[in-house]
Amino acid sequence: MNNEAINIGGSLVAHGADSSAGHHDHEHHEQHFIWKYVFSQDHKIISKQFLITGITWAIIGALMSVFFRLQLGFPDSTFPIMEKFLGDWAKGGKLTPEFYYALVTMHGTILVFFVLTAGLSGTFANLLIPLQVGARDMASPFMNMLSYWFFFAASILMFVSLFVETGPASGGWTTYPPLSALKEASLGSGVGMDLWLLSMSLFVVSSLLGGLNYIATVLNMRTAGMTMTRLPLTIWALFFTAVLGVLSFPVLFSGLVLLIFDRNFGTSFYLSEIFIGGKALPHVGGSAILYQHLFWFLGHPEVYIIMLPGMGMASEVLSTHSRKPIFGYFAMIISLVGITLLAFLVWAHHMFVTGMSPFLGSIFVLLTLLIAVPSAVKVFNWLTTIWRGNIRFNPPMLFALGFVSLFISGGLTGIFLGNSALDIHLHDTYFVVAHFHIVMGVSAFFGMFAGVYHWFPKMYGRFMNNTLGYIHFFITFAGAYLIFWPMHYEGIAGMPRRYYDYSAWESFKHFQGVNAFISIVATIVFFTQLVFVFNFFMSIFRGRKVTNPNPWGSTTLEWTTPINPGHGNWPGAIPEVHRWPYDYKDDGHGGDFIPQTEPLRDGEEAH
Amino acid sequence: MSVFIIIALIILVFIIIYQIGKASEYAVVLRGEEKVKAQANSAIAILLVVMFLLGMWGIWECHEIFKDRLLPIAACKTGENYDAMFKYTIIVTGIVFFATQFVLFYFCFLYQDKGNKRTTFFFAHSNKLEVIWTTIPAIAMAILVAIGLRNWYDVTSVAPAEATVVEIVGKQFNWLVRYPGKDKELGKRDFRKIDDAKNVLGLDWSDPHNMDDIISQNGELHVVVNKPVKLLIMSRDVIHDVGLPHFRMKMDAVPGITTTMWFTPTITTEEMKQITHNPDFVYEIACDQLCGKGHYSMRGTIIVQSQADYDKWLASQQTYYAANNPSAVPVAPASPAADTTKPKKDSVKLLTSN
Repeated sequence: MNNEAINIGGSLVAHGADSSAGHHDHEHHEQHFIWKYVFSQDHKIISKQFLITGITWAIIGALMSVFFRLQLGFPDSTFPIMEKFLGDWAKGGKLTPEFYYALVTMHGTILVFFVLTAGLSGTFANLLIPLQVGARDMASPFMNMLSYWFFFAASILMFVSLFVETGPASGGWTTYPPLSALKEASLGSGVGMDLWLLSMSLFVVSSLLGGLNYIATVLNMRTAGMTMTRLPLTIWALFFTAVLGVLSFPVLFSGLVLLIFDRNFGTSFYLSEIFIGGKALPHVGGSAILYQHLFWFLGHPEVYIIMLPGMGMASEVLSTHSRKPIFGYFAMIISLVGITLLAFLVWAHHMFVTGMSPFLGSIFVLLTLLIAVPSAVKVFNWLTTIWRGNIRFNPPMLFALGFVSLFISGGLTGIFLGNSALDIHLHDTYFVVAHFHIVMGVSAFFGMFAGVYHWFPKMYGRFMNNTLGYIHFFITFAGAYLIFWPMHYEGIAGMPRRYYDYSAWESFKHFQGVNAFISIVATIVFFTQLVFVFNFFMSIFRGRKVTNPNPWGSTTLEWTTPINPGHGNWPGAIPEVHRWPYDYKDDGHGGDFIPQTEPLRDGEEAH
Repeated sequence: MSVFIIIALIILVFIIIYQIGKASEYAVVLRGEEKVKAQANSAIAILLVVMFLLGMWGIWECHEIFKDRLLPIAACKTGENYDAMFKYTIIVTGIVFFATQFVLFYFCFLYQDKGNKRTTFFFAHSNKLEVIWTTIPAIAMAILVAIGLRNWYDVTSVAPAEATVVEIVGKQFNWLVRYPGKDKELGKRDFRKIDDAKNVLGLDWSDPHNMDDIISQNGELHVVVNKPVKLLIMSRDVIHDVGLPHFRMKMDAVPGITTTMWFTPTITTEEMKQITHNPDFVYEIACDQLCGKGHYSMRGTIIVQSQADYDKWLASQQTYYAANNPSAVPVAPASPAADTTKPKKDSVKLLTSN
């Protein structure tokens, strides 16, 4: 069985079995460090690579937000420390407008794609899919490794773009042409934009390699007895995440390729009738709106690519730590299906004010508000899950609860924005910023934090520190609301997003005090995240050791592996599954859960 | 030097944090895991309730602070409908918000693990409940969609025939406004004819309709109160957006495509100054689509005025043609009413001579 399994894992892997005992870091077999930790094909190592790269990007992206928040909060002050970081872009401690927009753009790109797509589903799909479906590794460990290294290459290019003379891309994370297509239109549309496009193209490749692998693994490599309806909700969520990515990222790719053509090879896909830089350009007949259709055909599913893993992990964590089955397992799956299908049919709600046909707009209003239904079902199911439970408030549970709270708050404001008649005033204001930061920014991050705190023992065989986890949770939770709640009011007043300075505007300048307040809180919350980073890295080496292979008393398969599983996950045979993953009930011996591997007792009904 | 001090301070803070973390782990060892866990659990349950109460108080405070700064006073009819719809949506979402957040935190408090090994209630599904909470949101959404679409078709309907047509063109980083002049027709434009010095909009001088057109380059849009105005929105370079917070309207300016919107202003700028008690009040046009480094300063204004004031203002304006071809206009600027008709003939002559 072992050798068979090792073959699945790829030829580079030596002994999957002997790592069950002993220390993760000091395994004494012949595998070289480079193959074990760098070009590894072990899904668990790849997941850690995604996570640590994601954390690095998150720090960079969040630091950028601190810099531009300083500008927004205190437009009349200078911050010499910024010059230390940004050089001439912040000469004398004040950001230039060009670089302000570059920071805003990179903050969005990094957080949306590099952290909350690659960092989130890269980490947890890799870690959890093989472990929870009962597989030795991914369907193709080699492709899985490539997926990470394409992401790494994309990261390098994006990082390099921060240092080019004309600055990184600065047309917003959506990079609408003609602004992003014409070098004359802005500094960031020069080399920085080329690097952005190349980096994003590699990112799409990475995402597809990963996504296809996740889908193949979930469909084909489930252990005996693991029917689809016995999969934990994390796997369902990650599966649909992968489906969304595989079907929509190619459309973004085509959009990016056309943009590359327009920029470099004189085509006119997106360009028409433009006079810029003192001359009329030869382009005629293209449509700038075409890009928006192609972009948002990915762009909207993208927000669900970010949300679904969090939903899955929150479901798992809420159920485990309230010692109760998830309520409405099938309703949860059906609502995931609904969200996935509708995700493809709502992209144009980002384009209500582009001059699109009002009739078409009304179709998208209907479809968009329909998404509220499966989302509401999920929320009610989560609430019923904790009802009459035995809630253990450890950090993963707190973050899962915070996830639900933020998902409600951010989701409800979507009802305003999805309704075109209301969107027409709120579009591109701070209301939008508040909405998507709460729902797909902070809430998705909370899902991610819940996942990290919950599965850290599985990843490193140690616990993260609880007290630091509590500090991290309470400050972040309060901070998230303090930052984004006031932004709704600014948006309702019509204050546009992506402005460098509001002081010349009669309609918006009275929000200066609020902006300063938000900036202060954002800075505090940024430093609080460093507590998490600190906790994470310290705990890898110094954390309290896990002694019980199933520390949370969880039912799913990953906790049947040894504390520090080697490549291949289970030293012996892969366990067989006999029941659904949420049997949190009396096991007849005083315990409050029955693992999936336990056969049904006499007279016990299957779920 | 100060940098080192800051770095040292940061390191110190992290050491302190680390010690706090470690201390709690030792406490667990010393005092017994179960006991510490139970204490922490109840402390956090209380903390969550405190958070909830503080949050509710914060929402109240926010409301007090912002209530005068929410939606600006709507200055058109569709804007009033907008505000009503906004209110309904706030009510629906507000009920859901408070109810679900209350339930979430209340359950947290009520069902905290007290360490007494209570068996939980095995409750895995209920079709009845699922049907209830699928149907209710679906109905609520249907109502909101119905209200929304009524307003949406209202806002995007075809402008009435008597509407004044004005063209507004975005460029990096200001707005150009073109009025049709005496003949009430906007002449043809061609982006290839644009010349920043003499022809900012690329007016085609072979089209006689262009001769009396007036272009305002200071971003001022003059409109008549209680008279519908239809904007033809275009862009010269990148995508911009005509954002009108007081009229609850927004529309992109896309190069190569003409978009439109129309509204009927109901309050003049002067009246608004009195209503808001702000002598500096002005209706602003905010660019709402990132358009480059000057995006934040791409500001236009709308002057809503009475028909008489409007006519007076219009009469004082020189046609764009006359302003740029002073030699071709023999008439002294003292009689502006006359020079809107005269240069038409001259310009034709000029063009044929070219």
